[in-house]
Amino acid sequence: MSDRIPLPYSPKVLELFRNPKNMGRLKDANTQAMAGSLACGDMISIYLKIDDANHLIEDASFESYGCAANIAASSIMTEMIKGKSLEYTWNISWKQISNELGGLPVVKYHCGVLAVGALRRAIRTYFKEKKLPNWLPKELTPDEKHALEEEKLIEVLSKKMEKTKKPKIDLSYRSK
Amino acid sequence: MRDLIAIHGEPSREVYLDSENSGLIYPKALEEMVRTYKEVGYGNPSITHKIGWESYEVLYKSTEILSQILNTKSSELVYTHGATEANNLAILGSAKANKNDRKEILVSSIEHFSVIFPAERLQEQGYKIIKIPVNEHGFIDNEFLKTKVNGSTFLVSIAPINHEIGTIQNLKEIIDIVKEKNSKTLFHSDAADSFGRVRLNLNKLNLDLASFSSHKIYGPKGVGLLYIKEGLKIEPILHGQLSSQKLWPGVENIPAIAGFAEAAKIFDNMDKNMLLKMRDKLIESILSSTESVLLNGPKGPERSLDNVNLSFLYVEGEAIIVELSMQGIYASSGSACTSRVLEPSHVLIAIGRKYEEAHGSVLMRITPFNNEDDINYVIERIPKGVARLRSLSPIKGG
Repeated sequence: MSDRIPLPYSPKVLELFRNPKNMGRLKDANTQAMAGSLACGDMISIYLKIDDANHLIEDASFESYGCAANIAASSIMTEMIKGKSLEYTWNISWKQISNELGGLPVVKYHCGVLAVGALRRAIRTYFKEKKLPNWLPKELTPDEKHALEEEKLIEVLSKKMEKTKKPKIDLSYRSK
Repeated sequence: MRDLIAIHGEPSREVYLDSENSGLIYPKALEEMVRTYKEVGYGNPSITHKIGWESYEVLYKSTEILSQILNTKSSELVYTHGATEANNLAILGSAKANKNDRKEILVSSIEHFSVIFPAERLQEQGYKIIKIPVNEHGFIDNEFLKTKVNGSTFLVSIAPINHEIGTIQNLKEIIDIVKEKNSKTLFHSDAADSFGRVRLNLNKLNLDLASFSSHKIYGPKGVGLLYIKEGLKIEPILHGQLSSQKLWPGVENIPAIAGFAEAAKIFDNMDKNMLLKMRDKLIESILSSTESVLLNGPKGPERSLDNVNLSFLYVEGEAIIVELSMQGIYASSGSACTSRVLEPSHVLIAIGRKYEEAHGSVLMRITPFNNEDDINYVIERIPKGVARLRSLSPIKGG
């Protein structure tokens, strides 16, 4: 069995896919960010409501365009960070998300990476006009770089495909 | 896995539409297999005792049935363990026997990977691989073919029906173009998805090699066929103890072969109008009920009678597949997320779909085991599932 690629999800992934928590835009969010792209087939938006005085996350929500693992990873991450400090939140890794989900299949690790990527972007955005706290590195962390590299790679591939000669599209094959 | 299935739940109704990947077997084919396993055909057909002779008889009769349906000679058929192996034997085996300097191979850009990958492997042996472009509905660019087939062309491989988008090629016209340009060029067709969907008279078509698969016609898994035109030079690519076949070593899977022949008889004789009606009802209903949906592949008679392939924009295909699964509807997707290589379907990209359009694709195959109530159920459930996922999406409906 060692060479076979397992794809089955954990029951937790399926449960959260069916009943995601903290879904949708947060109206009173004071920061938000998006990671991934349409071309990737994976996109996560994270919305955070942060208490400015003590830097605690009062509320968090997400929107997701992606597979079941992507939706479940975003959902569990918002659960993990609610009520937590920004410093704690900043240090959450995609491996922690995967563990909370009961383990992600190897080919779905990037869903965890993307969720963390969106989260860290949201935190960076929050501090854009503010003084950076000591725990927030000025340079991009390896996880942020990873998310960025994935986005860039797929954009390049997708653009490359679009540059090749394409058949014209018949609009009568399209619904309203 | 039990925990996962428990969370998934047992839907009140189940509609299986994933026979492109694999699926149910005709009960009569299964009965024939069981009879062969238990009574006649459980031996090795090349051994000289009663059980061996009985097994040989089952092999002989099954091959007669298949050769009649395909209009070939029995001696022109070689059993493999599926169409992937048949495609590999066709391409690698004919190249192995190729003693001249014709080293160009043309494959359509929408071929199955079991055609594209072995062809690409031949680059290591000095072959040049040329991908033939297709138009927006998956039809071969005949003008391209005319300019590329020449004295150096060794082999051309084009499937009569595309496995993902159901495009039915005008195979006769294509073969004529190739043979007119170079009569020595071999023509191979991966016909696994064509068997029973279009009439392939192998004796009349100027085809040299054609691959077939049992499970694509609701026979058992693990058995396929390669048609090799009489006199064509081909060498084995696997080596071992030969049984009754020179080109494929090992003991023939006689019960599966018996089930394959039984399934071929049933599927070939079946009135397929019902499949056609269900296909069109499903396509038309979804296109009119659901916003932002694209049909992948052609409409009407140029589309395989059982193929439905739709792209739902703003949702990711794997999520739709899991969503539908929880409703008891089983299909597949050309999304990167389902491919395990994280790239979307090469077929959808070749017909001009953008990445995001390919990511949202859902492939369904209507089978003889489906009925109109199944299709009505799918028509009712798909828009709801897509709407739920779109409501989660940051792109639309959120």
